[in-house]
Amino acid sequence: MPDIVSVRDLDKTYAGGFRALKSVSLGIRQGEILALLGPNGAGKTTLISTICGITTPTSGSVEVAGHDVVRDYRAARQLIGLVPQEINLEPFEKVINTVRFSRGLFGRRRDDAHVESVLRQLSLWDKRDSKTVELSGGMKRRVLIAKALAHEPRVLFLDEPTAGVDVDFRRDMWETVRRLQADGVTIILTTHYIEEAEAIADRIGVIARGEILLVEEKDSLMRRLGRKEMRLDLHEPIAAVPDSLSGYKLQRSDEGGALIYTYDTSAERTGIARLFSDLTAAGLRLRDVQTSQSSLEEIFVDLVRDGQ
Amino acid sequence: MNWQAVRAIYVYEMTRFFRTLLQSLISPVISTSLYFVVFGAAIGSRIDQVEGVAYGAFIVPGLIMLTVVTQSISNASFGIYFPKFIGTIYELLSAPVNFLEIVAGYVGAAATKSLVIGLIILGTAFFFVELRILHPVWMLSFLVLTCVSFALLGFIIGIWARNFEQLQLVPLLVVTPLVFLGGSFYSISMLPPAWQTVTLFNPVVYLISGFRWAFFEQADVPVALSLLAILGFMTLCLAAIWWIFRTGWRIRN
Ligand SMILES: Nc1ncnc2c1ncn2[C@@H]1O[C@H](COP(=O)(O)OP(=O)(O)OP(=O)(O)O)[C@@H](O)[C@H]1O
Ligand SMILES: [Mg+2]
Repeated sequence: MPDIVSVRDLDKTYAGGFRALKSVSLGIRQGEILALLGPNGAGKTTLISTICGITTPTSGSVEVAGHDVVRDYRAARQLIGLVPQEINLEPFEKVINTVRFSRGLFGRRRDDAHVESVLRQLSLWDKRDSKTVELSGGMKRRVLIAKALAHEPRVLFLDEPTAGVDVDFRRDMWETVRRLQADGVTIILTTHYIEEAEAIADRIGVIARGEILLVEEKDSLMRRLGRKEMRLDLHEPIAAVPDSLSGYKLQRSDEGGALIYTYDTSAERTGIARLFSDLTAAGLRLRDVQTSQSSLEEIFVDLVRDGQ
Repeated sequence: MNWQAVRAIYVYEMTRFFRTLLQSLISPVISTSLYFVVFGAAIGSRIDQVEGVAYGAFIVPGLIMLTVVTQSISNASFGIYFPKFIGTIYELLSAPVNFLEIVAGYVGAAATKSLVIGLIILGTAFFFVELRILHPVWMLSFLVLTCVSFALLGFIIGIWARNFEQLQLVPLLVVTPLVFLGGSFYSISMLPPAWQTVTLFNPVVYLISGFRWAFFEQADVPVALSLLAILGFMTLCLAAIWWIFRTGWRIRN
């Protein structure tokens, strides 16, 4: 898949002198769901704002479908929808008017059928004539999404769409995101929650202190996550792994005093029971057994800490 | 030009106007009526005529200007300050629009509102005084130009303001005095010569003078100069707004 958004060497230093983005490069693939994971103040919102034109880049460039977001901002911005982190809505305006306004603002002809379908998708149709001030927090966030979808964008940025919402709403949100992806919309969302990234993303990017630390397929990350290590301490050190155990790809450790077995927790069989009986058959006696797991959480924490 | 965007902003802003129609109209109409009663009837009965025009009629153009100028500024400054204040400006900044389109939408709506109010006051005036308009087309042109150029100024103030106090500051401290001293209620020729010269530095004098000329063919300064002054003022405001959007001053980080 080609990249629909390419960020190159993007740097952002705020007026106060704070460098919020440090030479960020990132390719976002057409049609994917990319989750940007990072702690508070990592630069997620700054990155999104700079792509969307709300903040101006200090240096570097961003292209959306080949259009530079500064030089060719009209073409670039027409393709983008943005759902901001903060709930910003005009309190006394009717839901349907504010959605129509967004569509017009992005240069689209009035299309009541499309506005209706967006509102229905987000379960807001019944609330179309309500003032936004009368809506609950979750509904307000949906209104923001409806506004962002009003002009039929190809790329949708969701800045912490599930911050402070309940479980049901979160599931609804994920479903909405998947449906949009099925319609061909590329989605970038930011989150603090690893489970959220796990649940819906195709790829996961980790950002901290203005730097992208990693962007990886979720599946390969999960494979790393799903791997467990078992350390088998032996009574007697061995010089080599017996041939009868060659199928387990054991590694010698501590000069033969221990063996390391790596297995996949998500696999149908871990092979542990059989390993134990084969070990006994080979005449090896165990002193101790330990298992350890590298979780995404750990990977994440390590990454964020290592950069410091 | 993204005309859809201009229309969207204009319609959205006008909806707000209609939502608060009564408030928007009642207060300027009442205060102008009070001016008519106080200045026209009470004081006017002591002053016979100014330059051949009955005093009650003489103050009409100035009163309309006074309202239209303040309304244009407050409508436009609030129109753009409000999205900044509640944060909805993000949408404007991320939309495929240029500064002309944003200005056309916001300033167009603000100017329309004050034009409507100006015309309603003109209508009200007919109840109080005998009025004739010698050059209706010029009268309307001056009115529209004033609405637009002061809405432009209001737009700048709205972007400049960091809080509601600042939003009120310029209109209160600068604009209202200038309009009051701009010959709304008197002819410049009634002032001592030294003050006449000082007054010529007040831009509003040119505005009111031109507007009054359209009513009575009576002016303090040549009409062409009035027209030039107002067009110059408008260009200045447009240039300032163009610069604001180019640099992102007080709106973009
Ligand atoms: N307008 C601004 N002026 C100066 N510094 C800013 C501005 N906006 C953000 N920052 C700083 O830039 C850094 C990154 O902020 P940003 O909002 O991008 O983080 P984030 O990853 O979105 O955080 P969160 O998860 O809390 O939303 C922070 O240190 C923040 O204080
Ligand atoms: Mg953020």
